[in-house]
Amino acid sequence: MSKKALATLVVFLGFSGVGVGAADEMVIRNTTILTITKGTFTNGSILIRDGKIAEVGTSVSVPFGADVLEAKDLIVMPGIVDAHSHIASESTNEGTVAVSSMVGIRDVLDPDDINIYRELAGGVTTSNILHGSANPIGGLNTIIKHRWGADADGLLLEGAPPGIKFALGENPKRSRGNRRGVPRRYPMTRMGVMDVVRQAFNDAREYQRDWKDYEKRKVRGENGLVEPRRDLKLEPLVEVLEGKRLVHAHCYRADEILQLLRLAEENGFKIATLQHVLEGYKVADEIAAHGAGASTFSDWWAYKVEAFDAIPYNAALMSQRGVLVSINSDSSEEARHLNQEAAKAVKWGGVTGEEALAMITINPAKQLHIDDRVGSIEVGKDADLAIFDRHPLSVYAVVQKTIVDGKVLFDIEKDRAMREARQKEKEALIRKLEREQEKRPRKQRRFNSSGGGDT
Amino acid sequence: MIKQLLFQGLFFFSAVLTLFGSTQEDEVYVIQGARIHTLVGPAIENGTIVIKDGRISDVGKNLLVPPGGQVIDADGLDIYPGLFDSVTQLGLTEVGAVAATVDTTELGQFNPQLKAITAVHPASELIPVARANGITHVVAAPGGSGRRGPSFGIPGQASLYHLSGWTVEEMVIAPAIGMMVEWPTRDTTVFDPTTFRRRKRPFREVKKEYEERIQELKDWLLAARHYAQVQEKGEASRIEQDDKLDALARVVSGELPVLIRADDADAIREAVHLATEHGLRMILAGGVEAYKVKELLAEKEIPVILGPTQTLPSEEDAPYDSNYSNAGELHAAGVKVAFATFGASNSRTLPFEAGHAVGYGLPKEEGLRAITVNPAEILGMDSELGTIQEGKVANLIVTNGDPLEILTEVKHLFIKGKPVDLTNKHLELYERYRSRPLPTK
Repeated sequence: MSKKALATLVVFLGFSGVGVGAADEMVIRNTTILTITKGTFTNGSILIRDGKIAEVGTSVSVPFGADVLEAKDLIVMPGIVDAHSHIASESTNEGTVAVSSMVGIRDVLDPDDINIYRELAGGVTTSNILHGSANPIGGLNTIIKHRWGADADGLLLEGAPPGIKFALGENPKRSRGNRRGVPRRYPMTRMGVMDVVRQAFNDAREYQRDWKDYEKRKVRGENGLVEPRRDLKLEPLVEVLEGKRLVHAHCYRADEILQLLRLAEENGFKIATLQHVLEGYKVADEIAAHGAGASTFSDWWAYKVEAFDAIPYNAALMSQRGVLVSINSDSSEEARHLNQEAAKAVKWGGVTGEEALAMITINPAKQLHIDDRVGSIEVGKDADLAIFDRHPLSVYAVVQKTIVDGKVLFDIEKDRAMREARQKEKEALIRKLEREQEKRPRKQRRFNSSGGGDT
Repeated sequence: MIKQLLFQGLFFFSAVLTLFGSTQEDEVYVIQGARIHTLVGPAIENGTIVIKDGRISDVGKNLLVPPGGQVIDADGLDIYPGLFDSVTQLGLTEVGAVAATVDTTELGQFNPQLKAITAVHPASELIPVARANGITHVVAAPGGSGRRGPSFGIPGQASLYHLSGWTVEEMVIAPAIGMMVEWPTRDTTVFDPTTFRRRKRPFREVKKEYEERIQELKDWLLAARHYAQVQEKGEASRIEQDDKLDALARVVSGELPVLIRADDADAIREAVHLATEHGLRMILAGGVEAYKVKELLAEKEIPVILGPTQTLPSEEDAPYDSNYSNAGELHAAGVKVAFATFGASNSRTLPFEAGHAVGYGLPKEEGLRAITVNPAEILGMDSELGTIQEGKVANLIVTNGDPLEILTEVKHLFIKGKPVDLTNKHLELYERYRSRPLPTK
């Protein structure tokens, strides 16, 4: 067993106890509730039944046998929704081709990724796992809930609409262009990027026509018909044309944003979300008119040329011009403090506290068309909650518990209590392994001071 | 709001006057009405600060306002020492992805003679952005960038400078504040730039390389010691002037501290032993796993300039908050800590890195000290900077509350006793596009 596998095993053993044995009914009592869509309750309660929110308000009674969580001095908000994540996946980019719509994240979901748990500890309960930005048309994304302990299929948010990643600008241009020993790939310019996207939709429309034609002739009862050959690359693009698949487009510069919006309009579809969209504030009116959502970082800038005009006022400015805005992470660290990232939209641009929190809850849920399930504390929605020790816009706020589908999957006290036991367990396992090694002839040993194992 | 704008306008006007007007020796500013957090005692309510010739000449209650002084009304606001980002690449890099704008790392592994200040670009767009959130002075350090971690070697000397001035000569405080050393790693996975992937190397190979590198470091220190001895004996004419050894001689004599960049516990331990053995004044920089060797650091009185709090744990099975609680654990063990961003464009987030650590166990007061007075003490500049006391350089921020909180705004900022305009590239773009008229067809 490799050292890493051992570590994983220890982590698994350590955490697998969390979350099991939740009652069917639970009441969170005497607490401050930021519902996001229905105002704030002080001294309110939430009744959770079968993983859903059954009641919210100041006069919720505790059913017989329900678990009770006294949450005085705590603040409950909806579980955070991250509209741009790359966790829980074995790979991110299929960068060898310019159009990779035939591949998808669902095939490489990794339910053992520790970041699922770490982000729970930051209050995140839902993440949009996107393909990378190496190609103008990337792979298919998957929306997961942070059901730590579940298998890959168990992570999927049931019924979430499918989507696909697009990418403009420097990343698709350079992704295989400038490194020695790596074959070059079209496109190398923004002209080429737009050409690739346009050509892909020309192909998709033709493919769509072939199928429509076939269906028509089939209905007419024609004999000897041959079904068109399925094209797994073009199928998702036809779904885009038919409004059945959401486009999440990575973009930076204002001009390329407009180009993409127009290209989509030419082809009769809408861009669901513009991702990063760091110069979105320059064309906020156009984005609002198209109806695209914008999902941005709070304050990253200057790491590349297309990020040199990025400003921390972006989220606020776009929002004030009528764009549906979310703040995302694109990083497993940023995801762990999205509440702080939201606070930056208050600091820079002056949105209200409630609007800022909407940018990490209900707004991304709307952008991903999953707002019937998550994003606010409302009766009938999934009981996904983040419980903080103070207002989440404070830099000092720390998540105490995170609840997914009514189950407490992160509890800071349990986490801390388990640490010592986990450390002892790890040490015992390592000692056992060392003893096993001692018994073997020297040549077969994997862990010894002269090394040689980890190749 | 209008009143505030008017006030800011007047303030800006006075700042412009200051910048363009004749620089008289007796330039006097008086800040009145604020709660003054001196960091050397309880806060002074409704206090006054008098600034003369760039320095704080008086702090207290009911002070006499000197005639001719420009009065700044800070009623209801808070005054803190200016924030100190004690390891950055500010001024050394503009756009990370564009090599032509990056002056962080020279070729070759041993360049102790280089000084960061030589490459600091005083007109960097990044500087006013950092300033707008209260950063008044920084250390620019040559060497590896944060993202892919440091490499190995001595990339040069770090320099301390003010974030305001027409030229670097006006900005510089100390051209050589410490020697950067990047400790070698024993990571078996390395980033391979030709494939853009991480590659596994055999442990045997990595270990051998590690040991060779440590030996190389020791050889340099030894050479510097010999060089210094010859110089001391007045036999300097017998050897050629060697700028590399000259710079290192200041390190082996203990005159110049060494900032050793190391993250994993074993590396830190070995760095401490080397520093002790050679009598170096060590400051640990980075220190992701410093909490694991806190007793040793406390015992040897080695201070730590921590990298960003908001970082993932170094190991998969480490506690999720190991890096969040790192500072708190070190402080509790008696280790002096400072925070730094180790970056450039993100320098403005320095107070939030401190604030985040306060959420996870660092006392609030210590969080503030860790970005003001602690780095000044660690780098031996506390007679000049870090607290609000008579005689110190007047680097100050005036805020509407706790500077560690994200929602707090910096209202005024003083560097070397002069008010500095808070305008920056971001604010300018915001103002320009906020007033963009509706699109025309």
